[in-house]
Parts: sequence; structure tokens; C-alpha cells
Amino acid sequence: MSSDRQTSAPLGLKIAAIAALLFLHLPLLLIFLYAFTTEDKSFAFPPPGYTTKWFGIAWSERPDIWPPLFLSVKVAAIATFLALILGTLAAAALSRAKFFGRETVSLLFVLPIALPGIITGISLRSAFDIMGLDFSIWTIVLGHATFCIVVVYNNALARFRRLAGNLIEASMDLGADGFQTFRHVVLPQIGTALLAGGMLAFALSFDEVIVTTFTSGQQSTLPIWMLSELIRPRQRPVTNVVAVFVFLVTLLPILAAYYLTREGEHIGGSSK
Amino acid sequence: MSSAVRFENVSRHFGSVRAVDGVTLDIAPGEFFAMLGPSGSGKTTCLRLIAGFEQPDEGDILIFGDSVAGVPPYRRAVNTVFQDYALFPHMTVGGNVAYGLMIKGVGLAERETKAREALAMVKLSGYEDRRPSQLSGGQRQRVALARALVNNPKVLLLDEPLGALDLKLREQMQEELKALQQDLGITFVFVTHDQGEALSMANRVAIFNDGRIIQAGTPLEVYERPNSRFVADFVGSSNVLPPDFAARHGGVARWTSLRPERIKVSDATASVADDHGSTEGVVHAINYQGSVTRIGIEAGAVRISAAVPAGSSSTKIGDKVRLIWPKSAMTAMESEA
Amino acid sequence: MSAPAATLDVPPPPGRPLADIFFSRPELLTLLLLLPPLLWIGVVYVGSLFALLLQSFYSLDDFSGLVVHEFTLATYTELLEEANVQIILRTVTMAAMVTLACSIIAFPIAYYAARYAKGWTKALFYLAVMMPLWSSYLVKVYAWKLILAKEGIITWFAGVTHLSWVVDGLLAMPVIGGPSLSFSYIGTFLVFVYIWLPFMILPIQAALERVPANLIEAATDLGADPRQTFRTVIFPLALPGIIAGSIFTFSLTLGDYIVPQIVGNSRLMIGQAVYTLQGTAGDIPLAAAFTVVPMVIMAGYLWMAKRMGAFDVL
Repeated sequence: MSSDRQTSAPLGLKIAAIAALLFLHLPLLLIFLYAFTTEDKSFAFPPPGYTTKWFGIAWSERPDIWPPLFLSVKVAAIATFLALILGTLAAAALSRAKFFGRETVSLLFVLPIALPGIITGISLRSAFDIMGLDFSIWTIVLGHATFCIVVVYNNALARFRRLAGNLIEASMDLGADGFQTFRHVVLPQIGTALLAGGMLAFALSFDEVIVTTFTSGQQSTLPIWMLSELIRPRQRPVTNVVAVFVFLVTLLPILAAYYLTREGEHIGGSSK
Repeated sequence: MSSAVRFENVSRHFGSVRAVDGVTLDIAPGEFFAMLGPSGSGKTTCLRLIAGFEQPDEGDILIFGDSVAGVPPYRRAVNTVFQDYALFPHMTVGGNVAYGLMIKGVGLAERETKAREALAMVKLSGYEDRRPSQLSGGQRQRVALARALVNNPKVLLLDEPLGALDLKLREQMQEELKALQQDLGITFVFVTHDQGEALSMANRVAIFNDGRIIQAGTPLEVYERPNSRFVADFVGSSNVLPPDFAARHGGVARWTSLRPERIKVSDATASVADDHGSTEGVVHAINYQGSVTRIGIEAGAVRISAAVPAGSSSTKIGDKVRLIWPKSAMTAMESEA
Repeated sequence: MSAPAATLDVPPPPGRPLADIFFSRPELLTLLLLLPPLLWIGVVYVGSLFALLLQSFYSLDDFSGLVVHEFTLATYTELLEEANVQIILRTVTMAAMVTLACSIIAFPIAYYAARYAKGWTKALFYLAVMMPLWSSYLVKVYAWKLILAKEGIITWFAGVTHLSWVVDGLLAMPVIGGPSLSFSYIGTFLVFVYIWLPFMILPIQAALERVPANLIEAATDLGADPRQTFRTVIFPLALPGIIAGSIFTFSLTLGDYIVPQIVGNSRLMIGQAVYTLQGTAGDIPLAAAFTVVPMVIMAGYLWMAKRMGAFDVL
């Protein structure tokens, strides 16, 4: 609602709103705090002391962190790569063409994120069982790539829709065929949307735990490692250090993606 | 003499809608040709058919004698100035103008030179490094023009390019476009719904309605001798007199067009020369419109509108007057529609 | 023979023949573009969904521990056993409670942001709500484990403000209480509310922003006091947003198994049941049958929500 008169909000409302916002943000701050505590056997508050040693310990004395980290990065990279290609193709096809069954196809591309992760997870698990497929990095990638495709697709589609149709006509009018038009006109226009979609997909894949527990068998990605640490903790502050790390690795690309997709058509590729 | 553009009984349908319905026309080389008509009349579709964005369902289109059936736009020696300019937002003005050359593989130095020349031609020298978002509507329009012209097209198509400009700018651009076309000698095909624009710029005008050409001719022909009520109404506004009325008042027994500005409003006792037609009537409306005053008269069952220079008449509503006009100003039309 | 005058006579680039085909047959291009992603989603995703459905009609052989790939309704019958029904009811109740709490807490923020925040404050609010939304899910759950721990910040705060008796009283309550906040339904409830709150705030804000201010003025002009205006004008117009948000909170709670595992008592929710069943037990058919339950519930919920206009807000 836009109100022309600058009425000020009632005090109760302001307090309630601010309280709710604090409720949203304080827990995250605590994670940061607990990465510095000296107490490693419990979550005592207030922390008895402060130290930065856990960062060093996490880096050098916990070899069990590295394999999950590498696996997470590998899976996220492969899934994002697949998603960029398949998601862009789908967005290109659906943004302009009208064909029979278009609505259904659109719905199909929403399902992977519309339905809860547990459904995706158990569905894939069911399929693996029926097909007799063993767990491997590829079973994990299969799950991740599916929702990554949707993420890239959404970003690319929104940008394709904003691409004025007559830009393509203008390009062709000036002598460029379809491929040349794609290279010189379309790609620069959608470039940042693809970048944003890719970053978003990477972050979501890196953070993903629900589908992964169903598709990974004995392997651990970093979130799965964190999950087992949550259930049976060893050095709690080390888990906090990893949590801080995961928090940053997922939040920063998402923020960047958000920033990129707000800029509009002014960000573009090269100009000759 | 071959035409620059020739339509041979061209039709284009979209589903059950016949956007272009059996159109035949010839555009001469070096001509400034206007396609005029209301929205949905098929003029824009015809333009797109020339450009290559649409293919005809029936008939053939020839550009300088060669059929362009199945030839995509990027292979035609034709360039378009789009209605909303369609400038590439991610390129500079210079990049936009040089785009066609870049696609053809012209070297960087030569491209830049030609782009600069083209921008100079549209009076935008020095704007090479700006971005389209930094330009005003009129400036973007000039860039679109330069971008098309730099490729030396055989035919230049303009799709209502002046629609988004305000009146003063539009009039200025009309003059510039006309001058440019005469300098370059390129065939211009211009689509507009503004009849004043078409009449002032074009060598010849084609009037479209419902996918067909109703009348084609010079601006004078189309204005003075409309062949139908539609043209009479669309191009300027005209009185359309029923056959029996026309026959009794100096004309023939056909639907007749009579332009308001050819009618003189005198008092009821004025004398009438032999070569003039006249009628009596009662003034029912007076409309001051700046340079002219429109006077509405009831002559029995027929309503006639006269346009007189402002300040030249002192009639009032309810006055009995006599309308006098030259018989030669009456144009018998072929059809009423 | 010279090139036709109407066409350009420049050497065409290498991809030109293919480009020409795509231009004259655009359907071909669409097909080529659509096929790979469609195959993926169709085969991998939709195929798996069918596999899921199929599995729910299979059964587990108790002796061999293997899945018997034969059509039967035995698994669904098993689903209707007392213990399993309890799990379902427990989860649905939690989902409902969480949805209710989220609606109540989200409303002030959404209302303030929609009606009173302007310019940079609005952007700030938006970002302030989005950031927790975008933060890692697992990290958020973990944060609450810290907070709810017996020796954690809540206990400390209660001690400092002499409100320990409130916390102890809550924990002593039957069913929802427990040895500590992180081992009780209350804890589970709090974490769910926290994590899904942004999903509720945004649709409500969107719905409220679509209410023109002059409606409120009209109501006041016609004699309504602020409470009546809220009840008769604002709330009904915000309702589609609340329903839209509730779709998320309800559906996400129904399927979640991590939160109850980390912060909860040992009684299972649907998600946990599904997880444990397909894990060591290998009872994929029953797990599949369990999953069908939230799917059916949500399908019904969505149908109702659509009828109440929730989709216009999303």
C-alpha cells in the first residue's frame, strides 16, 4: 500500500516488527560467537572465554573435514555446469515459442523446487532401487542438477522475457543470422542472468542436505558431515567454524546473484 | 523501368485474419513512398514482408526485379528503422551504428569511419561513445536511422518512426527525413497512421484498410480526388454528399466528396456563378480551431461542414446561410465505402 | 552471372546453412532447444516420481529384507497401523501449529514493511527478511541447537531475568515438554517457526502492498474505527497472502526430518519415518507410502488455496 500521508506507525507495531526482525537475525550472530568460545564440550552461554584457535584446528588438525568439502565443491560445480546448459536451453525454448503442451512443460520445470526435498530424495532413492543403481558421486549430482536446472531456468527465463523481441529482428535486419544474433545480441543481454543463476545454483547445491542424504549412500558432502557432527559432536567450536564457512559460501553468491539480477539491461557484454 | 519494390497479389493470413489481402503495388526507385492507414490495416505487415520478417502466403514480392521468396532478412539489401528504435542497450551509439558493418566483417578502422560519417549525416556527430540509455527519444531515432543507412541499403523501411516524438520534433524530423531522402536518392518506404505526415513527405501514398490498398497516388490526387468515402474520411476530413443531393446541387448522381475548405459561407441572398454549386442551410454549430473555424450547416437532411479562415465569418448559430463551392471541387467517388 | 541485386553479396559465415534452416523452420529450433532439458526433467525427475508411486505398491519381505517388486496394497495397509497413524497425526498437528504461529509473528513485520516503510527502509526490511531466508538451512538449525541447549543462552537469559520458572514450567508440561528445550516438541516448534518465518512474511507483504491506501481511508470515512477497519478491510485482503505463506510453512513442515532429528524428542515425524525406513531398514515401499501422505495433503491444500485466491499473490 502506498500512503501519501506520512502517517507514522503505531508504537506497538514498530516494536513487534523490530522484535520479529531481531528474532530472525540473532541466532545467526550466535553461530559466529560460538566459533570463538574456549569451551568445546557444551554450548554454555555466556562463553567462558574467547579464542581463535579453532580456526587453525579446523584447517590443520581435522582431516575428516576435507573430503566432504571437496565432494561438495565437485558436486556443486558439476551440477551448476549441467544446470547452466540445460536451464538456458529450456528458458530459450519456453520464452518465445508457442507450442502444444507449453503450460504443462512450464509446470514441469517448477516441480523440483515446488515439492519438498524429501519427495525428490525418496523418489530418486526409489528409482535407484528399481534400476539397481549403486550410490556414487553421480547419484548425488543427479539430484542436485535437477533443482539447479530449475534455478538457472527461472533466472534465464525472466531475463529472456525482458529481452525486447525487436532487438533480435533489428540484428537480423542488419545482416546477422540466428547464430550471430545470439552471440552479439542475446548472449550479452542474458549474461548476467546466467551468472546469477549459476551462482545461486552453486550456493543451493553446496548447502543442500535433504535430497543428498537420500542419494549419497556412504559418502558425505559438507552438510552431511555437519549433520553427523550435530548429532554426535566432537569439537563443537570446530563445527561452528565450518558452519560459519558454509554460511559465507552460500550467502555471498546469493547476495551477488540478487544484486546482479536487479541491475537491469545496463549491465551487458562487450561493446565494440 | 523496374520497380524498387513490387508486390504481386500478395496475401498473408494469421489464422483466419487476412492481415494482407491480395495487395499489388509498385514502388519506383528513389521514391519516397508512404503506406497510410488505421491500425490493423495491413500496412505494417506489408513493411515486414518487404523486410523479410514475414513471408507471404500467396503472391510474390520482388526487390529490384529479384524475387525474395524464402530469403531471410539478413540476406536482403533492405534495412529497417523500427518503431521503438530497437537500439542495442549493451553497445555504445558507435557500436550500434557499426553493427551491420561488423557483421559483414568490415575492419575496425573502416567501421569507425563509416559510423562517424553516418552519425554526421543525422546530425549526431560526437555521440559515438554514448549509450542509448543516455539519449533522448529524438536522438535515439537518429541513431536508428544512421544504423540503417550506414549499410547503404537499396530500400530503407521506416515503421512509424516519428510516433513517439512530440509535435515540434516530429515536424522537424519530417523535414530532415525528406531532405535526407532527396540527397541520398534511396527508396524510402514509410509506414504511418498520420495522414498529414504522409501527405507532406511522400511522393506517393498508398491508403490501406482491412489488408487492401484502397487508393494509391500522389498526395494531391489522394486528397483532391478520393475514390471512396473511406479515403475521403481518412485523408483530411470531407463532406460526403449522397447521390441525389450531389446531382441537385451542381454535381452528378454519385456519392460525392467535397472538402470543407472549398466551401464559402455567404448570407442567404448571395448570388451564385454558373460554375459553382450551392445550397441553403441553417448554421447549427460553430467550432473555433485556431487557424480555421469549422461551421456546421444543416441543409435539409444533409449535414455539411465548412472550414473558413478564422475571423472571416460573423455567422451565428441559427443563421440562414448560403453555401457556395466550385463545381470542380466535387469529386464523384467510385464507391460509398 | 551476378548475384541478385536484392540480396547482399558478402561471404556468409560458416554456420549460415544451419541458421537458414532454423529461420525457415523455427519449430525445429524449439524442439532442439527443449529436448535435452525436457528429457532430463522428464526422465530423472518425473520418472523418479513414478518410481516412488510404484514403490508404494510394492512391499518389503520381512525375512529377506528385500523389496518384492510385485503389486500389492499391503504397504498401504501397514501405513494405517496405529503407530504410523500417530506419526502422521503428530506431524500434521505440528505443521498446523507452526503455520499459525508464523502467521501471527509475520503479520506485524509484513504490515509495517508494506504500509509504513518507504524508500531505503523498505529495501532494508526486504534485505533483512531475505538474508535469513538465503542463509544455509543447516546452519540455521544448528544455531537453534546452540540456543536451546540446556546450558545455552535461553537458560542463561531466564536465570538473569528470574524467569527460569517459566522455562521449567514449559518443560514440565506433558507431551510437548521434555528434559530440555532441545529435546522437546516446544523446541522443534520454535525452530520450525524460525526457519519458515520468511516464507510467511513475503507473501503477506505482497498481499498487503496490493491494498490501495484509499480503501482504508474509505473505511474510515464510512465510520469504521481502526479495529473494525483491520477486521473488515485489511485482514480479509491480507488473507490470500497468509494462505500463500501457509502453503510453504505447512508443506515444508510436513516433509522435514532434519529439524525434529536435531531438536526434538525421539518420537518420529513423517520425514524421520521416511528417512529411517529407507536407510538401514531398506523398507523403501513403506517410506514411499509415507511420502504419498504429505503429497496428497498438499494437493488438497493447494486446491483449496487456489480457490481462495492465494496464487494471485505469488
